[in-house]
Amino acid sequence: MSGFFKSSIGRKVAMALSAFFLMFFLIIHLAVNITSLFSADVFNEMSHFMGTNPLVQFALQPVLIFGVVFHFIMGFVLELRNKKAKGVAYAKNNGAANSTWMSRNMVYSGLVILAFLVLHFIDFWFPELNYKYIAVNPEDPTRYFHELQEKFIPVWRVAAYVIAFILLGLHLAHGFASSFQSLGASTIRQKTLQTFGKAYSIIIPLGFIVIALYHHFSHH
Amino acid sequence: MNLTLKIWRQKDSKSKGQMVDYKVTEISEHMSFLEMMDVLNEQLVNSGEEPVAFDHDCREGICGMCSMYINGEAHGPDRGVTTCQLHMRMFKDGDTITIEPFRAAAFPVIKDLVVDRMAFERIQQAGGYISVNTSGNTQDANSIPISKHAADEAMDAATCIGCGACVATCKNSSAMLFVGAKVSQFALLPQGQVEAADRVRNMVAQMDLEGFGNCTNTGACEIECPKGISLENIARMNRELMKSTVS
Ligand code: HEM
Ligand code: SF4
Ligand code: FES
Repeated sequence: MSGFFKSSIGRKVAMALSAFFLMFFLIIHLAVNITSLFSADVFNEMSHFMGTNPLVQFALQPVLIFGVVFHFIMGFVLELRNKKAKGVAYAKNNGAANSTWMSRNMVYSGLVILAFLVLHFIDFWFPELNYKYIAVNPEDPTRYFHELQEKFIPVWRVAAYVIAFILLGLHLAHGFASSFQSLGASTIRQKTLQTFGKAYSIIIPLGFIVIALYHHFSHH
Repeated sequence: MNLTLKIWRQKDSKSKGQMVDYKVTEISEHMSFLEMMDVLNEQLVNSGEEPVAFDHDCREGICGMCSMYINGEAHGPDRGVTTCQLHMRMFKDGDTITIEPFRAAAFPVIKDLVVDRMAFERIQQAGGYISVNTSGNTQDANSIPISKHAADEAMDAATCIGCGACVATCKNSSAMLFVGAKVSQFALLPQGQVEAADRVRNMVAQMDLEGFGNCTNTGACEIECPKGISLENIARMNRELMKSTVS
């Protein structure tokens, strides 16, 4: 089994599994955030549950962090190995003739997402850790909505979110179907998967963008 | 037509190469790309220069020897053809054509446009066969029932001519389309079952050892493959390897 994950195909499978986890997480994350468009109370309740439930905090959250770190480190490792496997670069290469921009630039769309994740952690996660575990504030189940609204006041942050989510969309436009191919899904299913992948890679990022814009423009 | 050629020249595997410009005149649009190269070489020989070394053999698209990366694509701009089947009518009078060897660390340049593709042979030797006793009382293959569907798919996979265009095209120099085809042609047939697990394991291990890159599913190989080998073969190889790991 350990031999499997050292092989080129094993690495693809590991990459795809970590990506699956991240794609599943994005659905949950969007489902929670979208409630903030309709009801501050529901959003507070959901966030409070996520922030205090021990299963989420101490089981799912560590897995998520491991998943993200594994995914981008593996992404860089693959990129470096693949550069080495090419050796000398072509003087003239017409990549657009046979592949999409998204598929050739996964590492760059990934880098933008990574930069966004750093910002996102500084914005939400570090203050959250501080609030709960360092400053040890009393739990206030109604604080989440205001915190969210305040974050989306500055234009620069909203712009950064919009750009990052567009790049996430491009990452997924290739990545979704690609991860199924890595796991050996047949071409017949690939047709359906590609349609699903397109829908997913538009709907999910668009959802996050709408939320950021909504709070930016609705806050006074 | 008159053309400018930018060609990679490299004396031997140890020398550093470079792009060199040449001019050819009165090229007929009915010529194949290799015939155009012959015209250039005749010209070079007549003027006492070293001709450009390039691989070729059958010149009818079946042996897989001819290579060349032409204007940024393996086997040039046409689809479903090898370089020997590429016609000069794909180009226009006055064009500049860039010609490079197939690039991959696992395909080192021997001279000019000739690369060493022995890595493919070693992958084949690692498992791209079935062990049958051919002592004379071999069972007739037609007595083994095979579904039409499986037979067709195995045949499609077996049309791979081992040219290496998939590796040359792939930004990662991955050999997975080639290995996928070679694994599939046996995995689809009853005769291939006995050694299926060892075959895929050994061939993938050899592929990794040769230093080919890792597939990221860009799909470029399938489009540039002269034989239309489908990505399905890579998916099947992945399934076969997973199966061999848990079995
Ligand atoms: C929530 C964030 C992310 C999601 C949902 C995601 C999703 C995906 C998916 C579905 C794939 C295709 C996997 C496959 O082909 O098997 C993929 C590949 C890739 N990702 Fe991400 N990704 C994320 C973040 C990142 C980050 C931060 C990086 C950092 C560089 C990154 C770099 C890559 C690279 C280089 C690949 C190509 C490797 C390959 O296709 O084998 N990704 N990603
Ligand atoms: S899969 Fe296609 S491109 Fe690759 S070696 Fe076989 S015939 Fe050539
Ligand atoms: S020379 Fe045989 S395929 Fe081109």
